Amino acid sequence: MTAPSGRVRIQHEDFDLGVEVAQLRAGDGGVGAVAAFVGTVRDRSDGRAVASMELEHYPGMTEAAIEAMIDQAAARFDIRAVRVIHRIGELAAREQIVLVAVTSAHRGDAFQACEFLMDYLKTNAPFWKKEATDAGARWVDARVADDAALARWGIQSGNAAAAPPAPPRRPGR
Amino acid sequence: MKVEVRYFASLREALGGAEAVEVDAGADVGALRDALVARGGRHAEALGRHRAVRSALNRVLCAESATLHEGDEIGFFPPVTGG
Repeated sequence: MTAPSGRVRIQHEDFDLGVEVAQLRAGDGGVGAVAAFVGTVRDRSDGRAVASMELEHYPGMTEAAIEAMIDQAAARFDIRAVRVIHRIGELAAREQIVLVAVTSAHRGDAFQACEFLMDYLKTNAPFWKKEATDAGARWVDARVADDAALARWGIQSGNAAAAPPAPPRRPGR
Repeated sequence: MKVEVRYFASLREALGGAEAVEVDAGADVGALRDALVARGGRHAEALGRHRAVRSALNRVLCAESATLHEGDEIGFFPPVTGG
């Protein structure tokens, strides 16, 4: 397994946006822009009140998948540093879920890289959410809108797409 | 040859966390899924072609055309919902 780069953290604990941004741009006088996104747990979802959610992930795959997304962002945009933190475990309504923070010299690349990373993470990072609602627990469904968002960057995802009819299978396999 | 299959989220609730499976040499991920579905019961319901199931080979997202080798780890899971 490759050594962690410090760019990705998967953790149960909450994070402090100010602390993370300060660390991200520490010692780098070339930073002119910081763009950060924080995702949080809403207290309503698809018509139901949500008390909490359980975040499951694929240990070993999650970190590597997000690292690869960051590598792609760095290839597409002129950015200096990136930090992604994604929480796992049980999160109550209103708690923070995810942080994506990017530094660059200028705001265009920072904004775009931040949005690119969120669109990519939403469709390809191996997490699954189970909501505790007032009508019982249910797994959250993936949204085709997220695939559409990723497609704007020229990447086909097919995450939420309905399962296609089975193609004919060659005999003997 | 023997491979390790891991399930996540609703698939894990239906089928358990992991199982060792025997597959033919040269099989791909699709053939593995078909073999699991052929067991019928919970496996057919959870992994059947009416379900959107994504796969990873050795912890990297893969197509069902990905070829399997001895000792590989295959993950099967529903469409992801992180972020």
